[in-house]
Order: sequence, then structure tokens, then C-alpha cells
Amino acid sequence: MKELMLGNKAVARGLYEAGCCVISSYPGTPSTEITEEAALYPEIYCEWAPNEKVALEVAHGASLGGKRSACAMKHVGLNVAADPLFTISYQGVSAGLVICVADDPGMHSSQNEQDSRHYAVAAKIPMLEPSDSAEARAFAMQAYEISETYHTPVLLKMCTRIAHSQSVVETGERVERPVIPYQKDPARVMMTKNSMQAHYRVEQRTKDLITYAEESGINRVEMGKDTSLGIITDSTCYQYAREVFGEDACILKLGMAFPLPEKLIRDFASKVDRLLVVEELDPIIEDHCRRLGLAVHGKDMLPMVGEFSQGLLAKAVGRPVPESISLPDDIPARPPVMCAGCPHRGIFYTLSKNKCMVYGDIGCYTLGTMAPLSAMDLNVCMGASCSGLHGFNKARGEESEHHSVAVIGDSTFAHSGITGITDIAYNQSNSTVIILDNSITGMTGHQQNPTTGYNLRGEPAGRIDVEALCRAIGFERVRVVDPYDLAECDRVLKEELAANAPSIIISRRPCVMLKGVPHHAPLTVDPDKCRGCRSCMRIGCPAIRFKDGKASIDETLCVGCEVCTSLCAFDAFQK
Amino acid sequence: MKTVNMMIVGVGGQGSLLASKVLGHLLLTQGYDVKVSEVHGMSQRGGSVVTYVRFGDKVYAPVVDKGEADFIVSFEKLEAARWLSHLKKGGRIVTNTQEIEPMPVITGAAAYPDHLIEKMQEKGVQVDALDCLSLAEQAGSSKAVNIVLMGRLSRYFPDIPEEAWQEALTACVPSKYLELNRRAFALGRGEM
Repeated sequence: MKELMLGNKAVARGLYEAGCCVISSYPGTPSTEITEEAALYPEIYCEWAPNEKVALEVAHGASLGGKRSACAMKHVGLNVAADPLFTISYQGVSAGLVICVADDPGMHSSQNEQDSRHYAVAAKIPMLEPSDSAEARAFAMQAYEISETYHTPVLLKMCTRIAHSQSVVETGERVERPVIPYQKDPARVMMTKNSMQAHYRVEQRTKDLITYAEESGINRVEMGKDTSLGIITDSTCYQYAREVFGEDACILKLGMAFPLPEKLIRDFASKVDRLLVVEELDPIIEDHCRRLGLAVHGKDMLPMVGEFSQGLLAKAVGRPVPESISLPDDIPARPPVMCAGCPHRGIFYTLSKNKCMVYGDIGCYTLGTMAPLSAMDLNVCMGASCSGLHGFNKARGEESEHHSVAVIGDSTFAHSGITGITDIAYNQSNSTVIILDNSITGMTGHQQNPTTGYNLRGEPAGRIDVEALCRAIGFERVRVVDPYDLAECDRVLKEELAANAPSIIISRRPCVMLKGVPHHAPLTVDPDKCRGCRSCMRIGCPAIRFKDGKASIDETLCVGCEVCTSLCAFDAFQK
Repeated sequence: MKTVNMMIVGVGGQGSLLASKVLGHLLLTQGYDVKVSEVHGMSQRGGSVVTYVRFGDKVYAPVVDKGEADFIVSFEKLEAARWLSHLKKGGRIVTNTQEIEPMPVITGAAAYPDHLIEKMQEKGVQVDALDCLSLAEQAGSSKAVNIVLMGRLSRYFPDIPEEAWQEALTACVPSKYLELNRRAFALGRGEM
């Protein structure tokens, strides 16, 4: 059947048709829908793992257990999973193992734009790169064939424009596969002698895979009439190249980022006058061509930073671009904001009011950095808030201990915060960590996690008791606050900052966008009572506007959380 | 046939994903090659959002670049102005007249520009502006702005029969909201 399909859904379809039985992932834009879509097939066991390292280990365990498995993560998630990744490359697989990783050039929803292809090179694991949804499905299936033929995990690399674009896919039927029997084999224990032998096997495997890259057709030459230029490209860049250079162009389209072919590239080079490599982010194909002794253009013409487009490519190679219109006015930016009624708002207002140094983390609450709350100083990666604050306080001592906090969401806490707070308790810094428990993984679109009590399919599951966990780790001061109660937040924050002991404050209220969380009638402003003092504007609620010297409320946005009422000295907000 | 380029722009949370789903479904049933490119994640939280829809005999790039869009369908006036640079010479803007203030305007750091529609028209742009929020409320829910706009957009595709749009609505909208969305579509198209 022909269907318009999101790239991520097409990956899920390919995994399904290939007989995948186990998927373990951690959500992360732009990879999340791979696992969500796969979970709609009852034949596949799907779960959210606490983090990507666990997810990869689970998927590999399932492969050793004899069933085709997969995991999915965003590019920075592969950093977390890097430890098992490198040794799984040595250990190999039993049934096929596919590791889906989604890069985010242009950083639509990420903190960096690292190029995942480096991991394929470094861990010596074959990597496939689809350029549309049809290939996403086909390559997911082909990845299992490669995995089982060459006894290797296979990386399937997506990027935002493939993962979150829909294009036409023709689907097929699922093929069930027998479980591969398990047999104890002492050579599989990765210790010195075994690992050395495994490394020899991996080097031979890469040589065999180069032959696959030359001959299998996954990399294809499309010769057009115009041989003055040959373009070597991959992923979504293939689409931009076709758009700009048209049907007459000669293109070597690479579907496999590692290992790269040699003979195929040399043959292609011999048929064209000049070579141009079109690839986003780092010059991986370009460097490979140079090592083959070929003269190529690439990053001398095209940027190393950000996402490409047909216009960017056309401009870089001196082709005409269409005229465009603009207005003389400055168009005000529209950055993302915390939703009206977001429970994080009360905490960030309190932190801003108390002029705290805030070490933030990864999630919706990173938006606490935006004006007018402007209540985030730093962030790095999942979990860095807790350990980073500990280091900051060890460097500065009391001077900062009474004025600084870490903020971390519930899902991020379960992902990588637990080890950070363990360091605080173990090595005793007087640090204050605020866990923003909104009962869901928010930013990626509402996924369950180990603190919510539900699994990926929404069924009741195990649940971390966060208070008990923190106490068990060694925190004697564990407080719980309602972030809608600004007075309570302020009082508890001041007490915990003043205390000479490490402390945890759990700010607990479910995400206002969660199904089942009641929305109340929108408030209104009594214009006679409003004095236009703008106190209510300090919380940065998108539902409150200021018009003609008075506050007013956008009824389509207000959810009636009433946080604004506690900021108004004149009782102007009415239920 | 030359590829037709469309953009759906608005504020995160306004329902542009449903609009692009309806369009994608419709265009596929008309036998076109179609690509739809969306952005999920961070910008969906009240930020500026854009979806690209391209269709024709064979579509390569998933995005629409500057000066390429035949149509910009805008859920909010300021967003139409923001993406104006992507409109093709002679292209058309179909926009909701609703104003949603972005945070820099709310905090007073920036001003919401005046007379945006007139200014775009002065640049020679064909602008079809209508109060979709009122029409959506008339249909039964302020959330139906997306389908009001689809109804309006349908007027510019005389070769696509209305039944095909109705079929796309049936396929993409949850059945309990179908009647409401049919009313919203008809109000946007101008048939009620």
C-alpha cells in the first residue's frame, strides 16, 4: 500500500516488516517517533529505558537472546550510549541489531550539532543513511541483513529533515523469524585475549563491508548528460543536489556512510571533470576522497555549520536563486515559551526573585532562561546540573552554596541526575537541587519515564519513589512544594539555601498539557482595579498581555492556574 | 507539472500539524508526488513554527527556500510577515487576521508592527486575509482555525474537487470532531 509517511514512522515500519521483536529507547527529538510508532505494532515489545546506554544494552541483550532488536536515540544520546557501543562492535550480535540515531543539523531542538557519522568510523560499525521515507523503511530492513551477515550492530542515521519529513512509502508484510538458539561461548567474554581476537575480526569485517559498499548497490551512481561536474552526496543533501543540479547532473549517492567505497568513487571520479562533495556538518566523505588522492571541492564552498537547503547550495555554487520580498519593519522574534499554566513558571519566578545562580538541565524548563524570567545561568547535557553545581560549589564554597541551585526535570533526573546527586551526598557539598517533577517527559511530547508509574504503552508499571531514593542516597533534607504556591516556594527555597546541608526540593505538579489535567475557566481582568503596575508581567505568562496601560487576558490561552493572582496587590484578576 | 510549494506558518500549538496532514493526504489521493516537512520539539512551545508542503510529478527537497513559495498559509498575521521572504514573486498569502503577541512584545522589548497586511499588499503581494478565529468559534471551537484556513485555501485549487477535501477531512480528523471541522471548512471556503 502507498502511504505518505513520516521518516521516523517509515523506520518503524521497516523494523516491523523485518521481524524486529524488541525495542528499547530513550526519547529525544528528532528520534522519538521511531519507538512510538513501533509500539503501535503488538508484535514488537517496546519500552522507554531510563537512558540511551541502558537502551542499547537492552537491545543488544535481546539480540544475544536470539531476536531482532533495535534502539533509537538522538545524536547526543549516542554519547551516553558510547560506552556499550564500542564494545558491542567487538562482541557482535546473534540476531540483527539496529541502532537508530537522529542528528539535528541546525539545532531545531538540540544543544549541539555533532555529526554522528564519526561514531561509525570510531566504533567501526557500518552506518546507513536514508535520504527519504521510502529509503528509511528499506534501509531499516537492509540493516538487519547486514547485521546478521557480518555479525555487527548497524547504525541507521537519520537527520531532522528525513526523520520529520513525510514522503511516499510502499509497505510490505512482516516476516516472522525463528529465535536464534543461545549457546554459551567463552570467547564472547570481552577480556584481553578474546578482545584482541575480536578486534582482528572487526578489522576484517570492515574490509568485507568495503566490498559490500562497492558492490551491493546501496551506494549508486546516477550518470546524467552533464559530465562537467560529479557530485558525491548523502542523506538529505542528495535531494538538495537534485533540486539544484537537475536530472542532467552526475551524482554518486552514498547510502552507507561507513565504510565508504574506494573503487566506486575512483570510477565515478574518472568519468567527470570535477568533483564536489555535498554533505552537512563535517567533511567525512570529503576527507575520504582526499585520502584516495582525489581533488575535490566541498567545505571550501559549503558551510560546516548548520542545515543545508537548495537555496544555500545554489548560492554556494554560483547558481541563480529566486528574488525575495521583505518588509521594512523589524519583525519581533517569537521564541518558544513556557505554556500558560506551566508548573515550572512558579519555581523560575521564585529563583529569579531570589537572584539565584541556576545550573539548568535539558528539557522544557530550559525555557526558564528566556526573558522576563531569565532564571537560568548554565546548562550542558542531561544530568550536568547536579554534578556541575557540585563542582561549582566545591570551587567557590559558602559564597555560592547559599545562592545557587540545580534544576532538573523528573525524566532527566532518572536519566542522569541520580549519579550527580549521589556525588553531592557522598562528597558533601552544601548544594540545593530542585527536581521539577511534572510527571512526564515534556519537551519530546509526553513520554512516560521511571518516575511516572506508567510504561510506554500507558500501562501501570514500576515507579521510582523520588523522596525515598533521595533519602537513601543520603539527603536528610528532602522537601516537596507545589509550584503554583509562590509563597511556599519562596519560603522553602530560602530555608534550603540557608541550611548547612545538601538538600533536595521536589517541585511537584503535572504538566498542564497532560491529558486528564483539568483546565479551569480563564480569568479576566477588572479594568477598574488594575493600576497598570505590571507586577503580573514578571512571570512571563503568554496569556497575559498589556494593552492601553492595563493587563488583559487571552482567553484562548489562559487555563485558570491563578498564579498571576498572587502577584496582584489590587485583586484585579477575577475568576 | 512544475512542483507547487506551500508553507503553513503559525504559532506552536495552533494545529498546523493537522493542517499539513489533511493537505498531504489530499495531494496523495490526487496522484501527486508529495513531501511534507515539519518541525517538532522545542519550537512547538509557543514559538514560530513552519511546515513545508511540496507536490508535483517528482519532488526532491523536503523544504521550501526563499523566494520559492507559491502559497503561504498563515495562522497568525505576524508569522505571515516573518516568512514573506519565502514567497515567490506573484505568490499568494492566505492569512488569519488574529494577532498573538510574542514574548518580546508582551515584555515591552519590541512592538507588534502595525498595518502588516496593507504593507504586504503595497509590496505587490496578493493577500487573502480573514478572521479565522471568529469563523472557527462560529463552527464550534476556537481550535478549528486550521481547518477554516484549509477551507479558504481550497478556493485556489479549482482542479481539486471539494469531495476530495471532504474525504481528506474524514481520513485525518477524529470522527467526534468531524462535523465541527466540516462546518469550519465550509465557513473558510465561504459557503456558509
